[in-house]
Amino acid sequence: MDEMEGTIKKFLYLNRRAPYGTIYALESLEVVLIGAAFDQDVSLAFIDDGVYQLKKNQDTVKVEMKNFSPTYRALEGYDVEKLYVDKASLEARGLTTEDLVVPVQVLDVAQMTELMAQQDVVLSF
Amino acid sequence: MLHTVNKSPFEKNSLETCLRFARQGHTILLYEDGIYAALKGTVFEAKMTATVTNCKIYVLVPDLEARGMRMDNVVAGIQPVDYAGFVDLVVENNPVQAWL
Repeated sequence: MDEMEGTIKKFLYLNRRAPYGTIYALESLEVVLIGAAFDQDVSLAFIDDGVYQLKKNQDTVKVEMKNFSPTYRALEGYDVEKLYVDKASLEARGLTTEDLVVPVQVLDVAQMTELMAQQDVVLSF
Repeated sequence: MLHTVNKSPFEKNSLETCLRFARQGHTILLYEDGIYAALKGTVFEAKMTATVTNCKIYVLVPDLEARGMRMDNVVAGIQPVDYAGFVDLVVENNPVQAWL
């Protein structure tokens, strides 16, 4: 049997970009979905403009782009349930968890650093 | 003169530099990730509220809506504009300075 088989690592996807202006947010989501097929221990963190990815009521009809925000709600179905948001990033943007499409855990700086330190792999977008 | 800003003010200094060089009577258009500068409740709100008394500021509504925002979320005095309005602004104002 392959030695790698059955090994579960802790992966953190660290999102720091707003959606639509660049391709980072969508690419991150694609990689999360691919990774979900491998039964790993996955967490997503949203810092800086990354918190904007989760904003409710995104309507991309007029910009003629794909609205990928409903996908964050579907992550639960892929056993991706650990979503974390940086408290200071929310506050700087006048946002609260009420403004977001999914339930998240809000972390302060110390908690977010601890989350990162616990990981085997951190993937940055 | 028309200034355009399409980057998030949280990520780049395009907005700040634009505001540093914009003069009374100039027009500023916020689009793409630049729309985040137009929103109430952010750390940039006071600066935008002050600027809108000297400059006309517009925000591109399709980019606002794509990002989950509406005109209700925008600082008072900032005007909505659609794609046709964007073109009109470019035609009416010369030169156009794009703060990328």
